[in-house]
Amino acid sequence: MGKTLAEKILSQKSGSDALAESIVVAEVDLVFAQDTTGPLTIRQFQTSGFEHLANPNKTALFLDHAAPSPNYGLSSDHILLRRFAQQTSCLIFDVGDGICHQLVAESLAKPGDIIIGADSHTVTAGGLGAFATGMGSSDIAIAFGLGKTWFRVPESIKVVVTGNFPGGVYAKDLILHLIGNIGANGATYKALEFSGDTVDSMAMSQRFTIANMAVEAGAKAGLFAADNITKDYLISQGRGNHYQSVFPDADATYEQTINIDVAELEPTISKPHTVDNIVLARELKGTEIQQVFLGTCTNGRLEDLAIAANILKGKKCHPETRLIVAPASRQVLLAAIKAGYIQKLIKAGAVILPPGCGACLGLHQGVLGDGESCLSTANRNFRGRMGNPRAFIYLGSPATAAATAITGKITDPREVV
Amino acid sequence: MLTGRAFKFGDNISTDHITPGRLAHLRSNLPELAKHVMEDADPTFASRVTLGDFIVAGANFGLGSSREHAPLVINMVGVSAILAKSVARIFFRNAINLGLPVLICDTDKINDGDKLEVDLIAGTVNDITNGNRLTFSQIPEVMLCILGEGGLIPYIKKYGDFRL
Ligand code: SF4
Repeated sequence: MGKTLAEKILSQKSGSDALAESIVVAEVDLVFAQDTTGPLTIRQFQTSGFEHLANPNKTALFLDHAAPSPNYGLSSDHILLRRFAQQTSCLIFDVGDGICHQLVAESLAKPGDIIIGADSHTVTAGGLGAFATGMGSSDIAIAFGLGKTWFRVPESIKVVVTGNFPGGVYAKDLILHLIGNIGANGATYKALEFSGDTVDSMAMSQRFTIANMAVEAGAKAGLFAADNITKDYLISQGRGNHYQSVFPDADATYEQTINIDVAELEPTISKPHTVDNIVLARELKGTEIQQVFLGTCTNGRLEDLAIAANILKGKKCHPETRLIVAPASRQVLLAAIKAGYIQKLIKAGAVILPPGCGACLGLHQGVLGDGESCLSTANRNFRGRMGNPRAFIYLGSPATAAATAITGKITDPREVV
Repeated sequence: MLTGRAFKFGDNISTDHITPGRLAHLRSNLPELAKHVMEDADPTFASRVTLGDFIVAGANFGLGSSREHAPLVINMVGVSAILAKSVARIFFRNAINLGLPVLICDTDKINDGDKLEVDLIAGTVNDITNGNRLTFSQIPEVMLCILGEGGLIPYIKKYGDFRL
């Protein structure tokens, strides 16, 4: 019987016939936590009585959510993580290295891997054909100690994407459109598997954007086959030897198939306070925006900064709208400097944050004021997400973000380019 | 048998409503963090909830981030179970891992403030206030075992490994 991507990877790693709905135990190729979930993970690890990691070189800690730390409480958590890394010899990525999911994509994840992280957007690595999913601190602590965990093998929803993206429309618009259609609950406990002509020629950065947001429809994983584009990406990262092709079987069983023709899409926005609350950007024309945030594990990659920099080149942000930019990693920042994107953004009025999560989760570096609205390229617009329950968050693509920064109002990017 | 009052919430209560990111500096100070439980959904909840009470929610409870602090502080303030129409995947796993039961049932039939009796073994919710009797769906065997041991950590301490 043919297998989906999820079934294939889980079968291979569990050494059993892992068909949808079965429960399997599988070894993990990478297990990680970040600075807001790591401290509890370490305490649970110690409470469980573990002294050693099952696999120090497959265990990683990331200091990215509060980086650099805005207060002593979080600074103490950072110290705890650094000490743990020293004691156990696990991998550690410190302040300024970048967002965990971007670093996993750049340097750790391999096609066919099973990856679990104490962060819901662990699904991002599905972009390169890894079965990657988020879990809580207890599950991660046990995987630190045992090197494995249990999974319920998810049913898969096949998303077939065809057509050419119209100008001004991107992967972000596609995934917002999909989540709007199936709802924030539409793929709960399931895997979303993306295929079709458009996906076959889609750049890795766009695949990561889509995989990243699979969890916003409740999905356990957002999966792409590992093909030649994946291979070229790994080669560009100096990891060509990490490539293996991973494809679903032609006769795999899917719970349902959703077809999307991207030629019909328009720039899309999700309105406060749920991600599935979508409208077209042009329908919100005139909505005043005080802060534009470009970055995050969804859209903080080099290609995203390029799109925004090219729209903002030679222009200025609206005087009543501030633009905050957080590159997803050190590598992204260096490449963006080299390509001249950072200079263009700064000249247009942007503030550049260090690589990391920045303003995304409301800790620091761009907390919204009462009644303020933000157009963000992130993945979540829940009430209070950016540090203030009396503020409003709209989600859109980097192009929509750049266009909005120029006019100070939500703007369809096709109007400014 | 669990007994307590129902605290009713709507659909899509995220982990940001339960434990907002702006309070991340309190995550290593759980008693302090617990004082803010559910703050962005109902700022009065923390001062009103008492030992044994239930959170009764709509669809997709606990969506969003993987922070286990969300079910942890709900557990700490004495909530004995969460009843919801549906629950997000990571939150579900986290709650069970902490020994906090999550029961899927038709919560429309329960009103805010109702007195409830939950029989975990029989799988029933008895709304004493309005006389409704509901059944909740069974959770996977592996999660039942974890819940039965009081959570994942005691489960692993006892068995040393996953037992399927
Ligand atoms: S950028 Fe935002 S969504 Fe991504 S890991 Fe950081 S806080 Fe989470």
